[in-house]
Amino acid sequence: MLRFLLATRGRGHADWTDWACYIYLVLGVLMMFAPVAWLALSSLKSEAGLDQYPPTVLPYEPVHIAVAGQPTELPLFHVTAGSHAGEDLAELRRIGLQAQMIDPKAPETIIRIPVRDRQPVTHLHAAWTNYTDVISRFNFLQYFWNSSFITVVATVITLLFNAMAAFALSKYRFRGRATVFVVILATLMIPPTIVLVPNYLIASTLGLTNSLWGVIWPAVATPTGVFLLRQYMLTLPDELLDAARMDHASEWRLFWRIVLPLSAPALAVLAIFSVMWRWNDFLWPMVVLDRSEKFTLQLALNSFQGELTTSWNLLLAMTVLTLIPVTILFALLQRYITQGIASSGVK
Amino acid sequence: MASLLLRGVKKSYGAVNIIHDLDLDIAAGEFVVFVGPSGCGKSTLLRMICGLETVTEGDVMIAGRRVNDIAAAQRGLALVFQSYALYPHMTVRQNMAFGLENLKTPKAEIENRINEAARALRLEPYLNRRPTALSGGQRQRVAIGRAIVREPRVFLFDEPLSNLDAELRVSMRAELTQLHRRLGATMIYVTHDQVEAMTMAQKIVVLRAGRIEQVGAPLELYNHPVNQFVAGFIGSPRMNFLPGRVRETDPDGAVVDVDGLGAIPVGRRQGLTAGEPVTLGIRPEHLQQDADGLAVTVTTVEQLGGLSYVRLVNHDLVVQIAGQTQLCAGSTIGLHLPPERLHIFAPDGTAIPAATNVSPFAAVA
Repeated sequence: MLRFLLATRGRGHADWTDWACYIYLVLGVLMMFAPVAWLALSSLKSEAGLDQYPPTVLPYEPVHIAVAGQPTELPLFHVTAGSHAGEDLAELRRIGLQAQMIDPKAPETIIRIPVRDRQPVTHLHAAWTNYTDVISRFNFLQYFWNSSFITVVATVITLLFNAMAAFALSKYRFRGRATVFVVILATLMIPPTIVLVPNYLIASTLGLTNSLWGVIWPAVATPTGVFLLRQYMLTLPDELLDAARMDHASEWRLFWRIVLPLSAPALAVLAIFSVMWRWNDFLWPMVVLDRSEKFTLQLALNSFQGELTTSWNLLLAMTVLTLIPVTILFALLQRYITQGIASSGVK
Repeated sequence: MASLLLRGVKKSYGAVNIIHDLDLDIAAGEFVVFVGPSGCGKSTLLRMICGLETVTEGDVMIAGRRVNDIAAAQRGLALVFQSYALYPHMTVRQNMAFGLENLKTPKAEIENRINEAARALRLEPYLNRRPTALSGGQRQRVAIGRAIVREPRVFLFDEPLSNLDAELRVSMRAELTQLHRRLGATMIYVTHDQVEAMTMAQKIVVLRAGRIEQVGAPLELYNHPVNQFVAGFIGSPRMNFLPGRVRETDPDGAVVDVDGLGAIPVGRRQGLTAGEPVTLGIRPEHLQQDADGLAVTVTTVEQLGGLSYVRLVNHDLVVQIAGQTQLCAGSTIGLHLPPERLHIFAPDGTAIPAATNVSPFAAVA
């Protein structure tokens, strides 16, 4: 592993291309992963930790202490200048640029300190409560189930339908085959926003609004999927199909037992794509679903952003939870992407 | 086991005719080889028989029943492909079982047949392997096994040995012949290799450009080719052809002038006219060395040990000499062309037979 990571072009020593290459790669890694790492770390901060200025990388949190005679815990500050420099005082209240502080050890006397002469005392604290709160308080499991149901069912149907279309377009000769294929591809050029309204009218006529199936059905036929699978199936030798026909196989059996298993790499690629599309889909679900118990995770995330207040800590925690399933799936299946794309000639 | 008849069979793609009006009878249990150069339509013909290609015109009859409109899956034939076409995602056992499963054969029966075929083809150790883990010869045997377990009415082979190395090809030829003897099934075998045709066939069908040139037993084709194409195609090295012109047509024996070799007596022949251009044909093994014969110069010598091929300057003639030879490039030898061994072809390629009352082989025997 280390040998691989430290591989160089020059033998034994680093060529200048190695330096260029590694700098480029490190920059790439930072660009890709820094926001995600930032998100993950921030999701562990409390609301107060998020509000801190300047922001911190790690989840530091202001220390609150109980002071005798005070009904609530008070934030602790470190005084940096003035006669009390070096002492840790609790803030009672803040008035303009002055803060009324008290010494926790002698809570009777109120000390006035300019705001710029003090710093909050912080400690490293992961606010796991963000996660438990999201799961317990916000119907998270319902959203998760909705998203999962849509993703899994839509992906299965997508694979089946697209594979059947691709099989016909790649292995049967019929009049208009090229036309059908071109028309399917041409739909790629129509932006989804254009068909949003017609699609909604159809879905509403069919009574699919506010139903998870209303999200699933319009999404299952994808030109990209048909194209990807067709290109792959073109590489399957016709002789195999002829052999199966000589083996008394019906066309359906041929598809099910020969073509589908042999297209597994391309199907895996499409499965990854479909999962990512459906899981991250936002616009169409938002149009079709407006009852909160039918919301997907993405819609729930959106509804978290209130008009006046936003609980950023909970929003970030939920965002991380939303990312996890699709990330795991991608990590497991990503090797098929290169395989499938390399063999289907699709970018 | 079933007989197969082709009656006026034609195949065309649009305006292009691939098979022209073809008639053929194949008896039950016969081993027939379709042979011809690539592009002659032999594979197309095979695919028409098994139903993977439609027949444009004419009838294909299997066991007396017209099967033109019956799908490949229902014709009860088995085809062994040149590329073997084994299902790469299935084990050897699953490959062989697939056809039987499609026929809803009971599990126990499938198991029996696979074990039997595996024993016969020495595939038992490999039943649970995938085709990719097998050698070429083993894959070939799996492909044959897949055909055998179905107990088809007719076996069809589409150049099954062309992907194997020379040694394996020889042993597989023998295995296929034995298989035919053991099963007694009707087999149709397509190849472009005339050696395979000669060694395996009971009946050879020579095809060229979608037409049958000649049908017959291997030696019949070898000894009595009906035209120059068959004469040149059957036999290795191929027959020597010498373009010439008839000088005289004496009742006791005609004489043909060949450029560079002079006058060559060809024996008694029917239907020759003086001045007519003809082509003489003689096989390398029938050319004889004779000190008094025509003097010719050697260009190359190929020593195979058991026999030797000597190539001559004139018309690129090849002479086969039994055993080893002292000749080398540049030597001069005398050559004799025995008239009874000569084939004569008219300008259109058809063979001109010897006069009826004299067998060309009487003299040799």
